[in-house]
Amino acid sequence: MRRNSGNAIRSAFAAFSLVMIAGPQLAQADENPVADFKLANGLEVVVIPDRRAPVVTHMVWYKVGSADERPGKSGIAHFFEHLMFKGTPKHPAGEFSARVAAVGGRENAFTSYDYTAYFQQVAPDQLRTMMEFESDRMRNLVLTDEVIEPERNVILEERSSQVENSPDALLGEEINATLYQNHPYGVPIIGWMHEIEKLNRADAIEFYDAYYAPNNAVLVVAGDVDPAEVRKMAEETYGQVARGPELPPRIRPSEPEQNTKRTVTMRDARVSVPNFSKQWVVPSYTSAEPGEAEALDLLSEILGGGVRSRIYQELVVKQGIASSAGAYYQGNSLDDSSFAVYGSPRGEATLDEVEKAIDAEVAKIATDGVSEDELEKAKQRFLRSMIFARDDQSGMARIYGSTLTTGGTVRSVQEWPDRIRAVSVEQIRDAARRHLDQRRSVTGYLLPEEGDRT
Amino acid sequence: MRNFAATRLALLLLPLALFSMLLAIPARAAVEIQEVVSDKGITAWLVEDYTVPIVTIRFAFEGGSTQDPAGREGIANLMTGLFDEGAGELDSDAFQERLDEVGADMRFNAGRDAIYGSMRMLAEERGAAFELLQLAVDSPRFDQAPVDRIRSQILTGILADERDPQSQGRQEFAKALYGDHPYARRSDGTPDTLKAITLDDLHAQHDRLFARSNLHVAVVGAIDAEALKTELDRVFGNLPEKDGRTPVNEADLKLDQQVAYNYPLPQASLQLVYPGVKRDDPQFFAAYLMNHILGGGTFSSRLFNEVREKRGLAYGVGSALHNSDYASTLVIGTSTRSDRAAETLELIRAEIRRMAEEGPTPEELAGAKTFVIGAYPINNLDSSSAIARTLVELQKDDLGIDYIDRRADLINAVTLDEVKAAAQRLLTSEPASLIIGPEAKSEAKEAQ
Repeated sequence: MRRNSGNAIRSAFAAFSLVMIAGPQLAQADENPVADFKLANGLEVVVIPDRRAPVVTHMVWYKVGSADERPGKSGIAHFFEHLMFKGTPKHPAGEFSARVAAVGGRENAFTSYDYTAYFQQVAPDQLRTMMEFESDRMRNLVLTDEVIEPERNVILEERSSQVENSPDALLGEEINATLYQNHPYGVPIIGWMHEIEKLNRADAIEFYDAYYAPNNAVLVVAGDVDPAEVRKMAEETYGQVARGPELPPRIRPSEPEQNTKRTVTMRDARVSVPNFSKQWVVPSYTSAEPGEAEALDLLSEILGGGVRSRIYQELVVKQGIASSAGAYYQGNSLDDSSFAVYGSPRGEATLDEVEKAIDAEVAKIATDGVSEDELEKAKQRFLRSMIFARDDQSGMARIYGSTLTTGGTVRSVQEWPDRIRAVSVEQIRDAARRHLDQRRSVTGYLLPEEGDRT
Repeated sequence: MRNFAATRLALLLLPLALFSMLLAIPARAAVEIQEVVSDKGITAWLVEDYTVPIVTIRFAFEGGSTQDPAGREGIANLMTGLFDEGAGELDSDAFQERLDEVGADMRFNAGRDAIYGSMRMLAEERGAAFELLQLAVDSPRFDQAPVDRIRSQILTGILADERDPQSQGRQEFAKALYGDHPYARRSDGTPDTLKAITLDDLHAQHDRLFARSNLHVAVVGAIDAEALKTELDRVFGNLPEKDGRTPVNEADLKLDQQVAYNYPLPQASLQLVYPGVKRDDPQFFAAYLMNHILGGGTFSSRLFNEVREKRGLAYGVGSALHNSDYASTLVIGTSTRSDRAAETLELIRAEIRRMAEEGPTPEELAGAKTFVIGAYPINNLDSSSAIARTLVELQKDDLGIDYIDRRADLINAVTLDEVKAAAQRLLTSEPASLIIGPEAKSEAKEAQ
């Protein structure tokens, strides 16, 4: 699907980010080191050589996402992402996409809370052309009501298919709105329906002028390229775009102290098997104290990261009460983020039993901690995932792009393995104790229409 | 956002969807493929590459859920959930513990026409990883406890779909379309058939389908041909020579009918199914290029321009050729606001008529050719797992080891007249249609 909403990308990240987004890079072969430099107009550039196949991934990441939107304008970041395909004086609507298609390329774009990114995958000899088109639309977009009106309808249909049509997604939005009562992570990336309906040309132009400039972007090029050549091409294309106004620091409203245990319940006729998730606001890789995010990451892996995790083994295998159950941590964000546990019953078991059993696993780690052996295994899984990540050039580009637009650096990506190795069993226990407090949790229940929560 | 998709259960329930993968598509040979034959006669296609110290193997045993015996529907899907649940001397827990220590990622899944397996490993753990794969392939235990557990997870998944209009509507459509052919069945079975499956059934099905005669293997990464021969014999060398597949008939597709699944939804889902073209049909690429122009191109297609770009009626709209062993179809789909479903459907049918009557322009055809040729390495060869997947499909489709080199010529040779003929051949009959949404019946009639 082209132009995924943030929802899509976010759930895709939920699957991988825990392990990989925070950043791989174990012994990248020395002959192909990652290059990192800045153009005079402030554009940051990262080049990740991978000469195996004649393919290059070209991505531009803007340091703006839905959490940067003004109140009442929810969805403008994502709406604007769609409008970036509408053409410039030099390249009318459709020409860029037609060019990508003509060379057999693949393109897409996605919006998240903290970033918006555009990419093409093409043969290396097309890289310069891609740079020319992409740098052109960084500042020269032509926005008319004729293109904005139908595109708003497209986005309303996108919201319908991804949210309105899915009880799970509808509940997810409301869980987030309950979890974040002040921070904009509580607003859906795609926007609230009634606010999307009112977004207009003036909103789009204001947003474009405020955020789309070389000094608010990161260019990531991965694949069959030479960093020196990329630099030259980047200077000839992106380098010609004038630096934009200095942007203020990205300071968003933050969460007040949470003193309640909150629940959100949704019943829907389409649901026949109930499920629940319980979430906490926790520090992200960017907002955490040193070592704390790494500990939360490993905690989520040990607690519920896969079939060898405590929750899976206890609930699915030993007690046989859950069909699915686990935990995840979304550490890859600018501000405080979330940690979640989830589960769904099977057989005669009730949702309440599943929730209690998961609570017990959380409490066990907070009280007794984890063993050296299980921590070591979790670390090995993370470290290995980074070797496997090197097999996927666009995946590598995403790791760097998402890190650099959420407050991280090339170095923080490359030093991640060492920081993972340094986490101790005490830090895991302390992370559970400090952050996974039942009295400050938000629990969402998705239930069948009739009958009780159980 | 709750990501239940990250659970293993999701993997078990995926098979049908996976099957609609793009057919093999090639060009600029970026990869050098060697044919390796082991001492015991196991053949594999190998792409040697030492850039990253990993090895990826993928293989297929032809005969997937279509081989599920009547009354035991869902057995292939259940079986593929059990290969890491104990093999040889290792019970479920010991096997998974060992797999975790070795750091290999092993997956199995059942398609309609084949059972697929794959493993990704660190090169330095190659021996230990292949040893585990050999145990899984050769001597899965199918112990009662894990069988009951995985079965009950699948049952929960079936139950979870029971009130989901999308899932129910699609199942109804499959039944209407395929009649009594195995493609009409849910690949995960029904509660009754799943409960009827015994341990003996699982062993029997494994013995029947895991053989050398229906096996295709591809390997990519840090391993040479000699070392691979040894590993091939280790993993597959003990399998019986002949498989015991039962013949399956070509599906007799029932087109020219409407299935409406009424449900109060803000958005209606539409699907149109036309006849397809077999993979070995001489006109395959003519049809492929025609489909690309009609609705296969992500955003340069006619359907995309008319339905999404000009009118904003849908987020996604497109068409695809689906090739299975016993059926070929051309499927068009979209989701649109319910109050404009009839208008959208009429618009799509008008584009289909236009394509059937006039075919594409020479410019459209030229553009489609360059895309379809150039996109091959990007879509099919950009990672070890993508290469391995492509090479297994090329073998399954019997396209030859030089196919990637020949593909561009095959595409360039297609003429405008051939594409027009393909459009007429596929798009002039009445399709089968599915509408899931509110008052779906009246919408469909209106659109006629």
